Amino acid sequence: MPEMTYREAVAKALADELASDPNVIFFGEDVAEAGGVFKVTPGLYERFGPDRVRDTPISEQAIIGTALGAAITGLRPVAELMFADFVPVALDQLANQVAKYRYMSGGQFVVPLTVRAAQGGGNGFGTQHSQCAESWLMNFPGIKVVSPSTPVDMYGLLRGAIRENNPVFVLEHKGLYNMKGEVPDDTAPMKLGESKVVRQGIDVTIVASQLMMHRSLEAAEQLAKEGISCEVIDVRSFVPLDKATILNSLAKTNRLVVVEESPHQAGWGGDIASLAADEGVYWLAAPVKRVNMGAALIAYSPPLEDEVLPNVGRIMRAVKSVLSDA
Amino acid sequence: MTTTLPIEGRQQALRLMLETRLAEEKIQELFLANLIRGTTHLAIGHEGVAVGTAAALIPGDKVTCTYRGHHHALALGMTLRAMMAEMMGKETGACKGKGGSMHMTDASIGLLGANAIVGAQLPIAMGAALTAQVKKTGNIAVTFFGEGASNIGAFHEALNMASVWKLPVLFICENNLYGEYSVWSKTTPVQDIAVRGAAYAIPGVIVDGQDAEAVYTAVKAAGDRARAGEGPTLIECKTYRYRGHSRTDTAPYRKAGELDEWLKRDPIDLLKGRMIADGQLDEVEFAEMRHAAETAVVDAVDWAKDQPYPPVEALYADVYYEG
Repeated sequence: MPEMTYREAVAKALADELASDPNVIFFGEDVAEAGGVFKVTPGLYERFGPDRVRDTPISEQAIIGTALGAAITGLRPVAELMFADFVPVALDQLANQVAKYRYMSGGQFVVPLTVRAAQGGGNGFGTQHSQCAESWLMNFPGIKVVSPSTPVDMYGLLRGAIRENNPVFVLEHKGLYNMKGEVPDDTAPMKLGESKVVRQGIDVTIVASQLMMHRSLEAAEQLAKEGISCEVIDVRSFVPLDKATILNSLAKTNRLVVVEESPHQAGWGGDIASLAADEGVYWLAAPVKRVNMGAALIAYSPPLEDEVLPNVGRIMRAVKSVLSDA
Repeated sequence: MTTTLPIEGRQQALRLMLETRLAEEKIQELFLANLIRGTTHLAIGHEGVAVGTAAALIPGDKVTCTYRGHHHALALGMTLRAMMAEMMGKETGACKGKGGSMHMTDASIGLLGANAIVGAQLPIAMGAALTAQVKKTGNIAVTFFGEGASNIGAFHEALNMASVWKLPVLFICENNLYGEYSVWSKTTPVQDIAVRGAAYAIPGVIVDGQDAEAVYTAVKAAGDRARAGEGPTLIECKTYRYRGHSRTDTAPYRKAGELDEWLKRDPIDLLKGRMIADGQLDEVEFAEMRHAAETAVVDAVDWAKDQPYPPVEALYADVYYEG
């Protein structure tokens, strides 16, 4: 089976969709001739030409608005926003336009639009280039949100997003771009809206995504040595949310830890806790524990950034706390 | 040099302007009677811009416009019934009651939507122009906005990117002198919006927005240029908003006598006078035309009043496309 990096999986998904459908076009800042600031998209411009792979000015509102207009008139655009921190720069187009265009017209349009952006901390990019955008975007019904954590999911979910007849935001974690994994040749476009149990366990359910999912797996590995069995769920799709996979796991373990790479207030972990309270409260043997950034912001200095992002030790302590709460 | 429309084109333009004028006057009444909720923004005085532009478009062209957009919708061919039902939030309205006064949309006539966020419609029109460019359809996109929108970021991003990509899009500014409650000179350091095109290497054209045929001439020329792959044009139509910004604004900030001056150059009177001078219309025929427009508006309102509201289940429909 071919092994590739998460970064290469993005490029392959884009190339395969550009090749399979002439209506697919791709544009963003520095994505064409330069191949992207994270070197994610080299070669696409040369292969598919300047009509279909385009560099844009540094104009996030124009990028998203143009992509929307193209999507409702017959193209299937993929727009890149470079850093997910630029979501607020384009927020009018995302929140007021993209999310609502079909709805407020009474269903006159389909909006086959994909937006990609790189997110996440841990790389010293500082306060304005390290944030995660899931929780921001989840508040706008009309947009789907996926966050792949592995090369194979990156490949399959990005292709699935491009084929989807709705706006989809695909969030790529820049801490994972160098991660390698197997992507079978026959990997098909994946259905959105499915979470995945990435480690089976019986004592505690850990729900996490992307970098935090990988740290949760590490924590689970270490906890296993202490005789604690964790089930780890990779969210993969925030909108729509796969409630069943989370509730089924909770029914088995009776304990829930949510690990978010975002502030506590109005973070997506609150939705998972609310799901447990609303539909799984009788299974809960302990309060739900959320591990996140609290009310802090991401700082540049290495020890400060290390402190604000949930790490393996904090995840382990959270798991132990829900076990001792019984 | 203004190109005159053929007689059928003039008749159509005059009929549409009359219908729009009377429809908007009726809309104001319906608001005051609480049959229409929220707010509304009337374009009374702007009708020449809409009908002049519509006359220069061909099937397949796309349009985005603003929350002051009833005239655009009617000029492009939205029916009075669909508009009035939408105004009242009825199931048979243009947007099934989900849009309202500020979101008149009809994909079947190329109207991609009226927008309630100032300036947001400019990039969306660029996307339609991009589709036309990539698919080589020969179509163009048109986006309407007020002079106030030329101070928002999206305007500048749009003109810049459209110019770099040579998109077949026309930026049509309806300069009615007031951005909401503020006269243009308090908020805008240039006399003419058209000069802003130069910053982006886009031709800027100034047109008498009260003269539907002058608008037609400018839009036709810019459209031909865009269809030939020569890129966007910024067209500034000098016009006037007879009413206030929105439902509750009586426009006390206007200079005394200003409205009266503009009324002397009313777009309906202007075209009517020209047709009479050319022997294409007389007062009796005009009265008949006006009466027909009144009847059509009354019919649409009566029809819309009788239409059902959407069932509450419709709240959850069309958030996403299912399928």
